[in-house]
Amino acid sequence: MKKFLALMLAIVMAVACLASCGNNATDTNDTGKTDNTGDTAGATVFKIGGTGPLTGDAAIYGNAVKNAAELAVKEINAKGGDIQFELKYEDDTHDAEKAVTAYNSLKDWGMQIFLGSVTSKPCEATSAESYEDRYFTLTPSASSTAVLEGKDNVFQMCFMDPNQGSASAQYISDKKLGEKIAVIYKSDDVYSTGVLETFKTKAAELNLNIVSEQAFATGADTDFTAQLKDAQAKGADLVFLPMYYTPASLILTQADQMGYAPAWFGVDGMDGILTIEGFDTSLAEGVMLLTPFNADSEDEATKAFVETYQSTYGDIPNQFAADAYDCVYAIYQALEAGKATADMDKEALSDLLVEQFTSMTFDGLTGEGMTWDETGAVTKSPKGMVIKDGAYVGLD
Amino acid sequence: MSTKKFFTKDRVKNLSAYLLVIIAYVVVQIISAGGGLPSMYKGLLVPICAYVVMALSLNLTVGILGELSLGHAGFMSVGAFTGVAISIALRDSITAPWLLLLVAMVCGAIMAALFGVIIGIPVLRLKGDYLAIVTLAFGEIIKSLFTNLYLGIDPEGVLRIGLVNKPEELITGSKMLINGALGISGVQKISTFTAGVILIIVSLILIFNTVNSRTGRAVMAIRDNRIAAECVGINVTKYKMIAFVMSAAIAGAAGTLYSLNYSTIAASKFDFNTSILILVFVVLGGQGNMIGSIIAATVLTILPEALREFADYRMLVYAIVLIIIMLVTNNPTFKMFAEKIRSSLKKKKNKKTVKEGN
Amino acid sequence: MTFLSYLISGISLGSVYAIIALGYTMVYGIAKMLNFAHGDVIMVGAYVCYLVFNNWGLPWWVSLIISMIVCTVLGIIIERLAYKPLRAASSLAVLITAIGVSYFLQNAALLLWTSSPKSFPTKFFDIGGEKGFTIFDGQLQISYTALVTILCCIVIMVALTLFTEKTKLGKAMRAVSENKEASQLMGINVNKTISITFAIGSGLAAIAGVLLCSAYPILQPTTGSMPGIKAFTAAVFGGIGSIPGAFLGGILLGILEIFAKAYISTQLSDAIVFAVLIVMLLVKPTGLLGKKIMEKV
Repeated sequence: MKKFLALMLAIVMAVACLASCGNNATDTNDTGKTDNTGDTAGATVFKIGGTGPLTGDAAIYGNAVKNAAELAVKEINAKGGDIQFELKYEDDTHDAEKAVTAYNSLKDWGMQIFLGSVTSKPCEATSAESYEDRYFTLTPSASSTAVLEGKDNVFQMCFMDPNQGSASAQYISDKKLGEKIAVIYKSDDVYSTGVLETFKTKAAELNLNIVSEQAFATGADTDFTAQLKDAQAKGADLVFLPMYYTPASLILTQADQMGYAPAWFGVDGMDGILTIEGFDTSLAEGVMLLTPFNADSEDEATKAFVETYQSTYGDIPNQFAADAYDCVYAIYQALEAGKATADMDKEALSDLLVEQFTSMTFDGLTGEGMTWDETGAVTKSPKGMVIKDGAYVGLD
Repeated sequence: MSTKKFFTKDRVKNLSAYLLVIIAYVVVQIISAGGGLPSMYKGLLVPICAYVVMALSLNLTVGILGELSLGHAGFMSVGAFTGVAISIALRDSITAPWLLLLVAMVCGAIMAALFGVIIGIPVLRLKGDYLAIVTLAFGEIIKSLFTNLYLGIDPEGVLRIGLVNKPEELITGSKMLINGALGISGVQKISTFTAGVILIIVSLILIFNTVNSRTGRAVMAIRDNRIAAECVGINVTKYKMIAFVMSAAIAGAAGTLYSLNYSTIAASKFDFNTSILILVFVVLGGQGNMIGSIIAATVLTILPEALREFADYRMLVYAIVLIIIMLVTNNPTFKMFAEKIRSSLKKKKNKKTVKEGN
Repeated sequence: MTFLSYLISGISLGSVYAIIALGYTMVYGIAKMLNFAHGDVIMVGAYVCYLVFNNWGLPWWVSLIISMIVCTVLGIIIERLAYKPLRAASSLAVLITAIGVSYFLQNAALLLWTSSPKSFPTKFFDIGGEKGFTIFDGQLQISYTALVTILCCIVIMVALTLFTEKTKLGKAMRAVSENKEASQLMGINVNKTISITFAIGSGLAAIAGVLLCSAYPILQPTTGSMPGIKAFTAAVFGGIGSIPGAFLGGILLGILEIFAKAYISTQLSDAIVFAVLIVMLLVKPTGLLGKKIMEKV
């Protein structure tokens, strides 16, 4: 036991040493970052923080958000205006406990505005904390209803899950896309089940015929033949996929191998399917999805964003990245309009930003004329997209 | 003479465990009151307590009973969901947070103990790695069940349960306790550091008293040689069961403590990786060594957070540190060195006691 | 007909599990350790094959061989650095080290190859541009990938069995797994034998990785971990330490998983699979083909 104690002490000390070294290293790094903005760094810098899965299963989403937010911050700082940002992202490995710890470490760092967490469950946990601590919170991508519920200073940049579900059902019904509908969803995922629930409610209202409802869960998410065969056997001509694009790409591949070719309909998590390295985009031919962002858009701002993002990070940005980019700019716009200064404390900033957000209109990559209501939900219209020749084309 | 007898080797060890916890508690409270504790560490206090209790409870199974369990997070999950559901259901009738927490914890522990009995009956008949895999299987089953479980009180006040499909009565105006994959949201955070420390001490008392009793000796006899134990008339199944169920109950209470510290809880948290994490605490702290478990759980919960400064390399560094610790602690040269220090310390102590005896 | 097609998907999924399980079982049989890093070696194998194939444009079989070489070397390095110093330590200590290695490989892969998923080429085994063939008047479709996976699995199983039964090295392996001290006395180099087993297991992992990703073409740093755990379960199911047992366990697990999804519930498929496993182990406490160990007092 003594040996153990001694060893543990030694390790703790070693780690503390390392940590403090690392601390210095990042400090210089941070100043390096803000240096490119000239000597304005100091009291005029707003500290924004966020948490997201930078490692582990969901790392792709966290990194996309982090990269895009960094990009936006760099651009804003390069403008050299009165409002300068300093950004810090902490890893939460898609876990509520780690997210709260990450949030606390951001508090220690001196964060003034919080970008929430990237994924839903962790964001439910951190937004409860940031509501109590009075940090203004704007999450780019945590879409579940519980993130906003009863919190006046928590806002979303993405659609809420229920909106997605009912919008999808409405769209399918309006355009008469399918007679018999099959659904495949991820049963242990908040996003997927959240969308599904409202999709079903709305579908019942609109008399849509759901013939097959199949699930899968983490750990059993490689083989979809059983789910697909069920849909095929019941004659579904449209399959609704409320999920992220990684499992969706597997479903498309396996359906192709089976020779099953219904119409596919996805939600915003599906965006990104064309960017998977090595993915045979012909498999996604004809896939329809509702998404606020389209990396192939001809729009000036989108083009510039995609180009810079790709040259800096090597990947094509997805909708998560676009939402994060918009978040930073929305905060920028609100701070400017509210004439905020960086020496304001978090409560004052929170009150100011809440007032601005509920009254302003914002044009970003993921939509024009976005507004927020008192609950913190965003109003923007999703665009129906269809994949044609490996690119998105507007559905209308 | 009497003092000498009171301070037996085991007693000293046990007392030092209590002392360690109490001193740690006092020190943290002092630093915290002085405002010297960063919020990150403040936020970690309750999870650390929960993990310490989990490590203690698993150590009872792995160290004292000598069986490898790879599904211990399952019991934590049972305790977490039961505790949170109870706390939400009783939120309006019990207003004192500490009482609510206590009731929730007791319920969580009882429910986990029940699961312990159900699982223990088949599991404890198996041996070695086969037992380990069955505990893993149970852990996964529990996770899968909670992911698909719907529990709520409908507007008429009737408790409704559904598996896979949400009961129709629960659609509007009802109070959802467990909402399938969405887990539980809007949990009232009532866990406190003090409650956590009390739970650690209660667990320690339970474990030490069992270990130093007839039951404990029987359990350890089974661990060391099952056949010999059977031959002297020890009821192997009974004693194995006692240890296993107790371990499950403690894990359940830890689960309640853990989950009531966050506003949201989902079944996917209590997966195989969490079970493994707790096992790492136990092995690193030393099987059967409760103080070791406490320290290992604390250090290894703080370690990845303290490594945040490494940014992208954080988990890589954590992995390397883990491997190095295992290699070093099992290195023969190091072991010999440690043994030397220990024996020299013992000599000093012996001299001291001899003097006192005079 | 649907039943048959479910069966074929089950066997094909099961074959992947079986190949991974073979790696587990070999290492377990000889070193009595659960090598939890095995799943991550699979992931590395798949990445290497993917990169060689995509970036260098080499034919798939060359990529596979290169990936096997890389994995074998990786296996040897891991064994030398992390497991060998622990030969005398408790099996739990080795288990924790293996978990450390698993974390290490996953996070190293994350840094090296980023978190964005790669879509693995699915055309490796297509013949003449066709993905598969149909029988019974087009009612039953079988993909070439599934066929190759199943064949590969059988070939590997037979080869391994012959290897351990007939060759000198194979016999040495069996001897070491029976009794380390006695085999050392008989002049077998125990350390070397264990290292070679690791090398073979890791080489197999590369094949498993390529087959896994050809059938289910998404590649991420965490790709190997879940199939790894499933395969470990399969190895225990069949009786850990037994080569035909791992094969049988893998195939049965695959079929079970697909049938549970197809006929009972996709939501609870995992729970059903594990419940069957528990019942099976209660009936046969040492797995399907496991050896019954006599206890000495």
